Amino acid sequence: MRTLAFAKRCTKELVRDPLTVLFGLGFPLVLLLLLSAIQANVPVPLFELPFLTPGVTVFGLSFLSLFSATLVAQDRQTAFLQRLYTTPLTPWNFILGYLLPLLPLTLAQSTVCYLVALCLGLPMTIHILFAILMMLPLSVFYVALGLLCGCVFTVKQVGGICGALLTNGSAWLSGVWFDLALVGGAFEKIARLLPFMHMVELERLVLAGHFSEALPHLYPVLGYAVITTLLAMGLFLRQMKQP
Amino acid sequence: MVAIQTHNLTKRYQQTLAVDRLNLEIRRGELFSLLGLNGAGKTTTVKLLTCLTAPTEGDALVEGHSVVTDRSAVTSLIGVSPQETAVAPHLTVRENLELMAQVYGFSKEKTHASLQRLVPQFSLQPVLSQKAKTLSGGYGRRLSIAMALIGEPSVLFLDEPTLGLDVMARRELWEILRSLKGKVTVLLTTHYMEEAAALSDRIGIMKEGRLVVVGTTEELMERTGTTTFEDAFVAAVKEGCL
Repeated sequence: MRTLAFAKRCTKELVRDPLTVLFGLGFPLVLLLLLSAIQANVPVPLFELPFLTPGVTVFGLSFLSLFSATLVAQDRQTAFLQRLYTTPLTPWNFILGYLLPLLPLTLAQSTVCYLVALCLGLPMTIHILFAILMMLPLSVFYVALGLLCGCVFTVKQVGGICGALLTNGSAWLSGVWFDLALVGGAFEKIARLLPFMHMVELERLVLAGHFSEALPHLYPVLGYAVITTLLAMGLFLRQMKQP
Repeated sequence: MVAIQTHNLTKRYQQTLAVDRLNLEIRRGELFSLLGLNGAGKTTTVKLLTCLTAPTEGDALVEGHSVVTDRSAVTSLIGVSPQETAVAPHLTVRENLELMAQVYGFSKEKTHASLQRLVPQFSLQPVLSQKAKTLSGGYGRRLSIAMALIGEPSVLFLDEPTLGLDVMARRELWEILRSLKGKVTVLLTTHYMEEAAALSDRIGIMKEGRLVVVGTTEELMERTGTTTFEDAFVAAVKEGCL
């Protein structure tokens, strides 16, 4: 009940912020439309809809980190969290309250992206549904990363770290915009160690219906999600004791 | 009859002694003000009593419950309005109040009844559907205090509730605070002498983490041999111990 009340509040804060709608939905859609237009004129295999759509939906998740981090940092900065710390809310109420609202947002963001891709010519298969559902475990990493950043940084810093560094990092290291093998070397090795490229590969393979090939990409993603969530919880509990 | 009792309550931040062996008793229903210069330890005292930070030494009992060992009991009995207007900015005034009621586990009916009671008391009707971020300073503070009261606390902590408000908004808030006297125990921190004098049953003056004197305005003026409360405050802070 308390978790739901707090989660409901976080949802309202998020969806009533025009920036959430603009970046969360608008930006991935602009990318999808723009790159599809380029693809129509200058065919690039990487920008074909079955490859591009999963990449754009995963890239869109990086904005979830920005949203969750901004919300937590703002609550800290305005002493709203301090007020709530003096109420019967428990650490679990807070952590789940911050995490839960972003899951339906993930589904909404991915669904809109796939619907637009369908309009642009993506073949309709049942695999689209699986690809959308697969976004949920992927989003846990991004949302937890946002919680972690929100516990450490100010609102202004969050804009820089999550808004610029993370979105760029996840764009370059994911293989959405260019084939990582073309760069090769240390860059590709680092990209393979991080979760971003695995997320995109996972989504592309699920959409193509190659589930057994997708599975090996799921493990590092889940590993990162668990580690980030535990770190975020630890940091949240620490800052709760030293508000 | 004692609402708050502290026993050698101490808070140290590395080399800084923010609160130094504070021994204080506040009676149930009393409006008690803590006065002091910046860094005197007022806000830290509120943080200790509201379980926002743990004491380095000593303990405090809020309605008989220890802030060290019985945090959940204490948090269910208190309401806090922090120094900043701590509200959810994109939520309306009504939604902010409902959120706090839900946080205290109120049913729909009880939430409705609480709103019926608090909205007129704080004159929030004109802004009930307005987002909190669009409120004026005065309405923001009223909402902040109403949010602290919605859980029907036994003890209300108000940290500089009128800071930054114009004279009219401050006077309006004073009226509300006066109406709470006797019903809820209030611990108020303030920088404004006239506010403390106008509202408080008793006043405690802090300096460098220590409580230097406690009494009514008349008692403080008598003990310092001064004719105004402001002079009494200055004398208490200069002399350090009375």
